[in-house]
Amino acid sequence: MEEQFPMIQWIDEKGSLVQDLDQELITEDVIRNMYRNMVRIRTFDRKAISLQRQGRIGTYAPFEGQEAAQVGSAMCLRNTDWLFPTYRDHGATMTFGHSLKTILTYWNGRNEGCVPPEGLHIFPPSVPIATHLPHAAGAAYAEKRKGTDNIAVAYFGDGATSEGDFHEGLNVASVLKSPVVFFNQNNNYAISVPIHKQMNSKTIAQKSVSYDIPGVRVDGNDIIAVYTEMNRAIERARSGEGPTLIEAVTWRYGAHTTADDPTKYREQRESEDRRASKDPVARLELYMKQAGLWDEEWVTGIKEEVAQEIDQAIEEMESLPPADVNVIFDYVFESPTWTIEKQKKDYVALMERGDQ
Amino acid sequence: MQTTVGTNTLTLVQAVTDGMRTMLREKQEVLVMGEDVGKNGGVFRATDGLQAEFGEDRVIDTPLSEAGFTGAAIGMAINGFLPIVEIQFLGFVYPAYEQIMTHASRIRARTMGHYSVPMVIRAPYGAGVRAPEIHSDSVEALFTHMPGIKVVCPSSPYDAKGLLIASIEDPDPVLFMEPMRNYRSSREEVPEDKYTVEIGKGKLLTEGEDVTVIAWGAMVPVAEKAVKQMEEKGVNCDLIDLRTLYPLDQDIIAESVQKTGRTVIVQEAHATSGVANDVISVINDTSFLYQKAPIERVTGFDTPVPFFAYEDHYLPTPERVIKSIEKVVSF
Repeated sequence: MEEQFPMIQWIDEKGSLVQDLDQELITEDVIRNMYRNMVRIRTFDRKAISLQRQGRIGTYAPFEGQEAAQVGSAMCLRNTDWLFPTYRDHGATMTFGHSLKTILTYWNGRNEGCVPPEGLHIFPPSVPIATHLPHAAGAAYAEKRKGTDNIAVAYFGDGATSEGDFHEGLNVASVLKSPVVFFNQNNNYAISVPIHKQMNSKTIAQKSVSYDIPGVRVDGNDIIAVYTEMNRAIERARSGEGPTLIEAVTWRYGAHTTADDPTKYREQRESEDRRASKDPVARLELYMKQAGLWDEEWVTGIKEEVAQEIDQAIEEMESLPPADVNVIFDYVFESPTWTIEKQKKDYVALMERGDQ
Repeated sequence: MQTTVGTNTLTLVQAVTDGMRTMLREKQEVLVMGEDVGKNGGVFRATDGLQAEFGEDRVIDTPLSEAGFTGAAIGMAINGFLPIVEIQFLGFVYPAYEQIMTHASRIRARTMGHYSVPMVIRAPYGAGVRAPEIHSDSVEALFTHMPGIKVVCPSSPYDAKGLLIASIEDPDPVLFMEPMRNYRSSREEVPEDKYTVEIGKGKLLTEGEDVTVIAWGAMVPVAEKAVKQMEEKGVNCDLIDLRTLYPLDQDIIAESVQKTGRTVIVQEAHATSGVANDVISVINDTSFLYQKAPIERVTGFDTPVPFFAYEDHYLPTPERVIKSIEKVVSF
């Protein structure tokens, strides 16, 4: 199966091209944009962990190490497409155009964090694993029925492929020929469970065979490979050829969430080694230096820019008015049922009396 | 209730088909999906003729994949369509339960109204037709306990069409429970045109001063028989068909039990945590001091719905209902 689904690579670990670039697709601007976006989401991720440590947001799911997979795939989308993320995919959603303030608000335990910017189709993060794959299949089918060439992408991890909804989602999408890309980030761990305990399958891409859809395995730390293959999958979807399963092989350096300690279940030296040899941001940097695209001044500039942008988002998140109790009652139905109305009225009266 | 020119004499299952056909004609966004709903017209023929009239793109035979097609319907519903999903038997809904509990019923609340799921989940339910095991469950309480979904359960052809159309037009998800025992047991005049029956409103079927009998779905004919027999014995009952199980019609319950002070609730489902208990809560909250006797429940048992050789033991009967009516009267 590893021969049938070879790991596709464009830049090797030394930053050298192993295949010729598609010059029309991978322009210098695209490469700079890739680098900028990866720096941006990594800076955000580190800042968010620090906010959690300071008690300024709640439990947080970090993605450091997976920047190439998330940025490379999300950069391929049009703003009329649909994005169905998990809780570890806000690197992808912010690249797609999600608001940083809104993402932080989600991690601060508020519903405002589930509302995408006007005009962008971003579903709230799926917390139950793989349950959003059928949604993506359905939303994409709806686009096809409307006669557009918009597509949907669902992000999910290696553990998700053990869930029934993964298989049902792929099967339904395959049967309906939904224009959807199933974008898997295989970071080798589902919380603490390593992939060899998750599946006997040698690859995740091979699971596409069961549904007779294209399956592609890419080096998920090589942003050029991710971007190129994601573009091909999206083109297939837009032109009516149905779904694709992409496996982007990657690694998360840190914990599953800020609530766990990865040293309990794995040798963290492996994370250090991978950071030294396979880091997605460093790899693009090496390539840009070889290609003559590196400019220290520009890099310093973007680092300052993104830091400012993130600080601004934190300030906005922290200056939101206090969470409003009405939010829990007012959106369950379009018009509240009498039970909810009564519960709200009773509770609000209790609060107003101050003896809750 | 609207007056219409024409009516047809329909069974409950035909009225369901009629309701879907009416809405498929009216709105391009309406889709029907599920197992065998196409050429076969559904295992109970509820979708008979719909694929021929509206095409394979609108009446969709899905893979045997309750979570998959319910999840896909959620994706369609958030993107402008109005799917009607058929679950072949309510006892087969469990693989889709996660989709309904964590997504269909919750997305409006999670996103403060940005996304919503105007979807109807139709499911035949209940015992009494000698079906194989698991085909006879009546688990409405699994859904009345679920925030964000309405639960509707008609007992007559007229209500079935009107409530189904109201459910399709409802902006939120609705579980539409169809008592398979009532599917072809009686016929009724059903208007040809579009009409709705309001969700959340019960119906008073018979009026009496002595006892309030409350039932829904397949238990309505059972309660009706008991009420008729009691009438011959000089005990007159209000018989309420709840029609909607969430949200309950507290006004119709309160008005009746404040008049009679004696209540019998007939529920096919298991006793514990059932809808009958919620009816008792409504009586407790609205009419406690009017009660002249402890409220009686006639229900299924806290056992799995048995194999059909035993189902007559499990199902409430008119005789059991009569015993309970006599008990509250003579308290």
